[in-house]
Amino acid sequence: MPTKLEPETPEVGADDLLMDVRDLEVHFALRGGALSRFTGRGGGAVRAVDGVSFGLRRGEVLGLVGESGSGKTTLGRALLGLVPATGGSIGYAGHELVGMSEHNLRPLRRELQMAFQDPHASLNPAMDLQTAIGHPLRIHKMVRTDTELRERVVTALERVGLAPVERFMDKYPADLSGGQKQRAVFARATIMEPKLVVADEPASMLDMSVRAKVIELMQDLRRELGLTYVYITHDLATAKFFCDRIAIMYLGRIVELGPTEEIFANPRHPYTRSLLAAVPEPDPRVEVSREVPRGEVPDAAIRPAGCSFHPRCPKAFEVCGWEGRDLRALLEERWTTLTEDDYLAESSLFADLTALDGQRGTVQVAAASGHMGEEVAARLTRIRDSDTDEPLWRGVADIRAKGGHAEVAFRDGTDPGLTLIGDVEVACHLHDPAIQEAPA
Amino acid sequence: MAQLTIAPTPGGGDGPGGGRRGMRRLLAPIAEAQGLPKWLLWSGIVLTALFVIMAVFAPLIAPYGFAQYQAAGHTFPKQGAPGAGHLFGTTVMQFDVFSRVVYGARTALEVMLLAVIFSLVIGVPLGLLSGYFGGWLDRILVLIMDALFAFPYLLLAIVAAFLLSGLLGGGVVTAALAITVVYIPQYFRVVRNSTLSAREATYVEAARAIGAQPRTIITKYLFSNVVQSVPVIATLNAADAISTLAGLGFLGYGIQPTDAAEWGYDLQRAIDDAGAGIWWTGVYPGIAIVLAVTALTLVGEGLNDVYNPTLRRRRIAKVVLPPRALEQPIEPKGDA
Amino acid sequence: MTEPVLAADDLRVWYGTERGPVRAVDGVSFAVYEGETLGLVGESGCGKSTLGRAILGLLPRGSAMDGSLRFKGSELVGLPRKELEGLRGPELGLVFQEPMTRLNPLMRVSEHFEETLKIHEPGLGKKGMRERAVEALRHVGIPPSRYDNYPHEFSGGMRQRIMIALTLVLHPAFMVADEPTTALDVLVEAQILRLLGDLRQNFRTAMLLITHNLGIVAEACDRVAVMYAGRIVEIGDAREVFAEPKHPYTRELLASTISLHTTDLHSIPGAPPDLADPPSGCRFHLRCPDAMRVCVEKAPVPVRLETGQRTECWLHGPHDQVPANGTEPLEREAISVADEA
Repeated sequence: MPTKLEPETPEVGADDLLMDVRDLEVHFALRGGALSRFTGRGGGAVRAVDGVSFGLRRGEVLGLVGESGSGKTTLGRALLGLVPATGGSIGYAGHELVGMSEHNLRPLRRELQMAFQDPHASLNPAMDLQTAIGHPLRIHKMVRTDTELRERVVTALERVGLAPVERFMDKYPADLSGGQKQRAVFARATIMEPKLVVADEPASMLDMSVRAKVIELMQDLRRELGLTYVYITHDLATAKFFCDRIAIMYLGRIVELGPTEEIFANPRHPYTRSLLAAVPEPDPRVEVSREVPRGEVPDAAIRPAGCSFHPRCPKAFEVCGWEGRDLRALLEERWTTLTEDDYLAESSLFADLTALDGQRGTVQVAAASGHMGEEVAARLTRIRDSDTDEPLWRGVADIRAKGGHAEVAFRDGTDPGLTLIGDVEVACHLHDPAIQEAPA
Repeated sequence: MAQLTIAPTPGGGDGPGGGRRGMRRLLAPIAEAQGLPKWLLWSGIVLTALFVIMAVFAPLIAPYGFAQYQAAGHTFPKQGAPGAGHLFGTTVMQFDVFSRVVYGARTALEVMLLAVIFSLVIGVPLGLLSGYFGGWLDRILVLIMDALFAFPYLLLAIVAAFLLSGLLGGGVVTAALAITVVYIPQYFRVVRNSTLSAREATYVEAARAIGAQPRTIITKYLFSNVVQSVPVIATLNAADAISTLAGLGFLGYGIQPTDAAEWGYDLQRAIDDAGAGIWWTGVYPGIAIVLAVTALTLVGEGLNDVYNPTLRRRRIAKVVLPPRALEQPIEPKGDA
Repeated sequence: MTEPVLAADDLRVWYGTERGPVRAVDGVSFAVYEGETLGLVGESGCGKSTLGRAILGLLPRGSAMDGSLRFKGSELVGLPRKELEGLRGPELGLVFQEPMTRLNPLMRVSEHFEETLKIHEPGLGKKGMRERAVEALRHVGIPPSRYDNYPHEFSGGMRQRIMIALTLVLHPAFMVADEPTTALDVLVEAQILRLLGDLRQNFRTAMLLITHNLGIVAEACDRVAVMYAGRIVEIGDAREVFAEPKHPYTRELLASTISLHTTDLHSIPGAPPDLADPPSGCRFHLRCPDAMRVCVEKAPVPVRLETGQRTECWLHGPHDQVPANGTEPLEREAISVADEA
């Protein structure tokens, strides 16, 4: 059985960079409601990829790891120009890919290839394997005769292990198993001997017993063709096995980027730690801590203030960007733990909590009719005192009554940028020397 | 030593390659059809075959020409009753009804084929382009097609026939084109809608990723996956085309009577006869229309049942569980 | 020990197809006790989902079932459809994979609960229904203030929580969860698994958790049944089975799972067999690295081991039933990618 390849030497010169990505942005304009569509005014934008920078080294496997909504798939597609980037730059072999027309991109597609998540959907159901796999060569006019085409197809099929070749040439995708289809997809992606393959969760839709084979195939192809991979996945276990470097993504940004060994041995970002803790472990002898962060990935159209991860972060503190909707989430979560009577007593104090959603800085918590601002403020103070471990309260400077409201003053938060620590880049205030040195 | 046989791959043995195999894949559901759809389909096919034979071999089957009023120096009787000389009788213009019915099949087939081919050739590519590119092209085309679709179809056909007859005269091609105008929106809509959903499929993105141009994507990737519902519409439309042609003829906007025999025109001429108890001039063309339309509708509905996966019921074989093999001892109840 | 909540004995479920009967479930026996979670794992097409559906009486037309399936002592096999439908909900609960498709987007969460409660517990009254529903929602972490929201106002994980609450509100004695976390993200998956674990303790519901993910079984299940080609090849305490798998298939499946501790890639050659025409003898013998001559000739017999596991593999006997020369290793050709799953 093949084992993991030796990682490439980490010293990189400018020549070793295959692709240089700087401040890449992919924003999708949101279609608003019926009215805004009618008037032609947009309803904001989803920042699927929001300022991502990294260098892709020749011959390496870079993992993009994150949950759905992290922008990893969009980033992968943007690297190949399959999704138009709205800002930043992608430098590849002297070309600037951002803003390049489809027409000019086409010749570059020989070198930049993609393998998709769903092998069942990524092959044309009406095309036999021979035609499908040989099609890239035809499109780029890389073969002159049918015999040459056939030879190349045979080589590509053999390379991905679809042998005996005669058994597969005339098959339609529907005749193949999931693993065989994914092999066919890789045959098509590698028939032009590309430089870079972006593999978008190529194993996740397959059975456990086949996943290892897909990873093995990718390793073989890498060895044989000297490929560079961008491996997109939500599965840290395969990423750990397959990648040389890993970028952890959250809500359109890279929050941690570094060599695989370092990320797994010494995860720095709280999000990375949570992801690691959540990987199911089949071996019962391995003890794993199960500290799972609360909540889910928020809507990328309304990004949380400060650090995007702060609402779910167990380690968040003063400067992480606390805001009104965090208070709402806290109250609602608290209400699931109260008895019915306590819940009714407490919730009747507050007017509609949804009013908190857009508020930042000093937020107004309205009292329900028949109640005073003082009551709400007193209740909030009591909640704070009963649960001092809750990170949110560290971000609250003051609670006071004012008219029919309680005013909760949040401390100012900032957005953490990537900081280089050793050979790992982390975007977290916990690792920001400027914040850590200053007394909070 | 035990020799192991290789486990069968899903999909079974290796068939012969290429187009024959594709054809077999396409025709397999027809052969496998069961129950009512099978009955519909096959009765439709038999009737349609009769209709086509009548049309193709009209000169051999019909005893006289469609505009012939005399033979061997004798003029035919006027409004003669069916009998030995004239199987279906003769009309007021002394034409042989049987011959006109047979030649009418030929006209109907010509118009029907032309109309279906024209609307396929125009509607399918427009639908593909509109669905794939979207944008302003799509908006304009959808607007035009919806406007055409909103018109009462016969009125539309009449207007088209009226306008075209000025240009091309009142022949078969004019009638076919007039009918085409009515059917293009149907093909356009169906093809555009399936293109819209197929455009989002991963295999289309994969085609872009290997560098395929829009033309290649449309012809090699979208076309074959999008046109699957077209044969069904085409047969149903063919049936419709015959009745529309008859309608045009009946209203006097169809083919000139001297150009070809046409059932709708004959029906219209027979109106006056009906009051005088002369039934044969109207009944025979009428039956011909009904049979031709029914035949094609049956084929269309049958194909629809066979190909449409939502209507298709998988054949369910009854399972009888065989008694258990005795050598396999059953575990005592309960565990752990 | 007490009476199991659900006990299957030599249960068979076959489907009729054009190619002949497909033996999706072909003689399985297991029991689930109160407050216990039994994990059912296997590759796709091994019959695990069919088994889950069979228990709930949700089999499609054209399937046949025999053997015995006893729920709280009464037999479910052969029960009229109507009576089974009456059991589904108050006695037998179900959590599906796709939460969004199971919630009606036009109905508030409250209306979903009211509908369910009205059918199965009439006479509860509006206030009683609310109390019960809010209680169930609280257990799954949905705040009562969101009781009147619509499904689209919740995230994917929250919808799955609502689905679980909808099942729990009737306090079923037995629950089937069919891949409940497959559509969810890793962190949400961990939340839901933890939630299911808590519920098992709070409600004492017996649960069959169907999954293809061995890690999930290890985390969330007390016992595990490993299914291959319509048979349970190994069943036992989850820790025991995963620490020391006895059946070669369990061992190979564990080895091919990539975890954070994987240092070598390993995979099982070949593909699961066609259940319309399963191989002779042991159904795993084509892919088994330990296959012996007897494995081709005779189907293995379930054997209970000292560790409490039950497995069916000739490696573990009964040795007196193995014919002479039966233990000689099987010679065979290498299985090519052509047969891969």
